[in-house]
Amino acid sequence: MNHVIIGAGPAGVVAAETLRKLQPAASITLVGDEPEPPYSRMALPYFLINHIKEEGTHLRKQADHFAKQKIKVVHDRVLGLDRAAKLGLLASGSSIHYDKLLIATGSTPMAPPIPGIDLPGIFNCWTLADARNIATRAKPGAKVLLMGAGFIGCIILEALAQSGADLTVVEMADRMVPRMMNDIAGHLIKDWCEKEGVKVHTSTRVTAIRKGTPHAFAVDLSTGETVDADLIVSATGVRSNIKFLEGIGLETDQGILVNRHMQTNDPDIFAAGDVAQGRDFSTGEYSVQAIQPTATEHGQLAARNMAGLLGAVHRGSVNMNVLDTLGLISSSFGLWMGKAGGTSAELLNRERFKYMNLQFDGDILVGATSLGLTQHVGVLRGLIQTKTRLGKWKDKLLEDPTQIMEAYLASTQAVGFNAALMK
Amino acid sequence: MHKALQLEPEKCTGCLQCEMACSYENEAVFNPSKSRIKVFTFHDEGRFAPYTCSQCSEAWCLHACPVEAIVINQLTGAKEVIEEVCVGCKVCTIACPFGTVNYNSDSGKVIKCDLCGGDPACATACPTGAITYVDADHTGLARMKAHASQSLPKA
Repeated sequence: MNHVIIGAGPAGVVAAETLRKLQPAASITLVGDEPEPPYSRMALPYFLINHIKEEGTHLRKQADHFAKQKIKVVHDRVLGLDRAAKLGLLASGSSIHYDKLLIATGSTPMAPPIPGIDLPGIFNCWTLADARNIATRAKPGAKVLLMGAGFIGCIILEALAQSGADLTVVEMADRMVPRMMNDIAGHLIKDWCEKEGVKVHTSTRVTAIRKGTPHAFAVDLSTGETVDADLIVSATGVRSNIKFLEGIGLETDQGILVNRHMQTNDPDIFAAGDVAQGRDFSTGEYSVQAIQPTATEHGQLAARNMAGLLGAVHRGSVNMNVLDTLGLISSSFGLWMGKAGGTSAELLNRERFKYMNLQFDGDILVGATSLGLTQHVGVLRGLIQTKTRLGKWKDKLLEDPTQIMEAYLASTQAVGFNAALMK
Repeated sequence: MHKALQLEPEKCTGCLQCEMACSYENEAVFNPSKSRIKVFTFHDEGRFAPYTCSQCSEAWCLHACPVEAIVINQLTGAKEVIEEVCVGCKVCTIACPFGTVNYNSDSGKVIKCDLCGGDPACATACPTGAITYVDADHTGLARMKAHASQSLPKA
């Protein structure tokens, strides 16, 4: 069996390793278009502030890891597919044959349609190359303008602020991290960032970027203000890398459409990670989640199905995020925005930036948001994913949402001798 | 043969010696908030439940880690955080459905139970035998019973 995986991010790497476990004799090739060994974009902010060296971003730390696993890593770019001949057409001019193909090509930052967006000195923070460029320019005192305060924007924000830059953030929505945080939490994060010395403009657009002196850029905002900048970092969203698949009959929407086996409409082609429109646990619908845990889940599942284990059915991934904005830690899970007909519990301490919001469907937790919670936060995922009936504990949680661990312990039976004792 | 922490809430008096021992062993401070084992209190029922990582075979934390900072100790079976490799991204803390990987803001890294390399301080410190370190197989029947009762529909 000849497996080819396009994309050397977490989904692709986990898929390759899973395939190797399942099929010791199969040929496995991992094609990635960046020059470095497979690395994690999640780790780039920590590289940016020099907490780790470049090697620290690598997905696997042993230099001979892939060789040992007999996974062939090819640095090339797949420009298109010939589905009839089962070939991946490579930028180097050659082609690569597959029996089963996994597309794990991830996503790419979108450039907002703004005059001047293509001026030199405006960077995304998406690749190691981007991070190197930003690291050399984001010096203490440098005026940095960050476009976009979504998840990606916010993890860079942390790094940029720590580098001592004079930071201004511009976000179109009325709050920060609008696709991960509700109204209260998104505004609290903004208050926190401003308290920490970052200038945050919400409900604001960049209308034009012009060359300036002595600072490299003059940035016009929809509020009428003009802001100087030495460096502009654009983090206005990403889109799935599906362009190279146009016109070959693979079904796509926001991403590649897959079934519960991560299989596309071509039975020999699978998709995983940011490029795949996979099943969402909470909604049952198919959407691009573009988060690390979902990428690895997809990678494992796709690999098992590529190896012929058709019992490996995707139950859906829980959408979840955790973010650290200058020391304020936030997380959200599942249907954090709530479910029609559901109930919710909320606890807010604005002065201490503590917030917890739980969303229920009946006595089942379906979503959650937290600010300032670092202990046992994963149990929110556990309760959502196991659809645990909380019974009387739901009422207790309505009164005090911080009792989440107690509710969990009392409603489940921790494996071992805890069994049946915590009813 | 791997060993496992056996937690028996009915023997727990809530003395928190385990939390003190854990934080001292791992963080060199007597500070329950830095402990990897946590005793939960059910005031209105007068009950206590010690709780920590079960070193689950799914290893959600390990698979979610983007930089291979969580590895399996082949001797103990524990999933261990390599502190020098952890970047502090906290993805494991939301991925672990048991809530047993926690972020330590002092170090900027995550912490979880590593069975103290095979001699868990919490078990040594526990005066009532609510936390013991036993053959993993020894817990087999109880685990089986637990799973069986879990699979029954709840009233």
